[in-house]
Amino acid sequence: MNKSTGSITDNLDTEKTVGNVFADDAKMSMRNVNVFYSDKQAIKNVSLDLARNQVTALIGPSGCGKSTFLRCLNRMNDTIDICRVEGSLLLDGDDIYHKKMDPVLLRARVGMVFQKPNPFPKSIFDNVAYGPKIHGLATHKDDLEEIVVTSLQRAGLFEEVKDRLNASGTGLSGGQQQRLCIARTIAVSPEVILMDEPASALDPIATAVIEELIDELKEKYTIAIVTHSMQQAARISQTTAYFHMGNLVEVGLTDQIFTNPAHKLTENYITGRFG
Amino acid sequence: MKSDLNITKHISKSYNDELEEVRLLLIKMGDMVLGQVRDGLTSLLKLDKELAEQVIAHDKKVNQLEIKIDEVCTNILATRQPAASDLRLVICVIKTITDIERIGDEAVKLSRNALKIIQSENTLRQPNELKHLGELVIENLQEAIKAYANFDVEHALKVIEQDQETDEEFDNITRLLITKMMEDPREIKNTLRISWCARALERIGDHTTNVCEYLVFLVKGKDVRHTSLNKIKQRIE
Repeated sequence: MNKSTGSITDNLDTEKTVGNVFADDAKMSMRNVNVFYSDKQAIKNVSLDLARNQVTALIGPSGCGKSTFLRCLNRMNDTIDICRVEGSLLLDGDDIYHKKMDPVLLRARVGMVFQKPNPFPKSIFDNVAYGPKIHGLATHKDDLEEIVVTSLQRAGLFEEVKDRLNASGTGLSGGQQQRLCIARTIAVSPEVILMDEPASALDPIATAVIEELIDELKEKYTIAIVTHSMQQAARISQTTAYFHMGNLVEVGLTDQIFTNPAHKLTENYITGRFG
Repeated sequence: MKSDLNITKHISKSYNDELEEVRLLLIKMGDMVLGQVRDGLTSLLKLDKELAEQVIAHDKKVNQLEIKIDEVCTNILATRQPAASDLRLVICVIKTITDIERIGDEAVKLSRNALKIIQSENTLRQPNELKHLGELVIENLQEAIKAYANFDVEHALKVIEQDQETDEEFDNITRLLITKMMEDPREIKNTLRISWCARALERIGDHTTNVCEYLVFLVKGKDVRHTSLNKIKQRIE
């Protein structure tokens, strides 16, 4: 990503993205994406790369389209009848909206963690084992056990639950449930993990654990995270994208965005000004 | 040209008040130190004992104000987690007051040396050779404070440019004082004191330049420390 080239201007134009939307090593490339809910356009001609093994934070006020955009990346919007997605969305060069692309397989490659932890009403073991089972990733019981243990370890949860793997997943604390959901996501060996405000329902300690985990996970996965916490975006992401009313207003290195944003609207948003 | 950082345009009114308080305290400290430098120089040029003692005593107030501003800034960092221009404002104020406090210390040096010269047995004359350098330094400091009050980068750049004149004048005085010491070795002690005062004035010029460089970072987001004036202009264009 290029650093922004100048100081902030009073330009309030939102249609042209400020900053470099292209990553040197893109895992996902989105070009000219438009999303409509019936006649209402929620995403307006957005182009953005997700850099491989990096965390990209999507920020912006409520209703700006950041979650809608995130949900396009693993076709979660397919479940909404009135939703229509246009443009090019590529995962390692594969068109994820190609008619031959199986959305179920796509969602194994591009996993998702939601705002509210949503473990299945099953045991901790079964929560993590469910995905590998249905995708046929483990033929033998031992293989399945290894996947479950490795996933729980990567999610930083194994030590806390190793003696009660058969206990219900819903009996865990909020932070543990969210890490269980992350373990469930990584159990199917995804390439990209999408996170929609994964720590907004958690206390500061559980949040810090999740943030530390995200930092570790990026070594293996490409991550996109929607967050309303400016400090969280600043702490965990390498690239930040600011959305405003369906437009991608600015993209840049996170350090740059939070010290010297190039667009007035970005500045207004991250500093809590009227605008 | 005056820049508007909109520091009073936050949704939180109390945040506006806190940032505005920091800005006003900084200007107050700048004005206070400017007065100290003026009085320090006057006490030296006129060998005014009473004024010199007043400058030395007044330095405590400058130090207390520095601590007060640090506290307000620390509080903002802890409670507001400022970003972008707000973050740059708080960081720049913290750095700026360090330089301003040191300017205050240099003003005290002028007055301490004035007292030493007054107390010396062979005081012959007032150190008039420092007058022009002192006026240059005071004018630059005054302009730097004005630039800060208005977040005016162009004004700050002029001050940075004028520091070269200060440095040249300092070199001239140094040469002059060396000649004087060679001409009359009995005056070496007091001439050395005048030389230290010239050095103090030159340091005030350097701190003033630092203050202006912080202002450029605050307004433009470009770190221009240790950079030539031409390159600074290129970088902020």
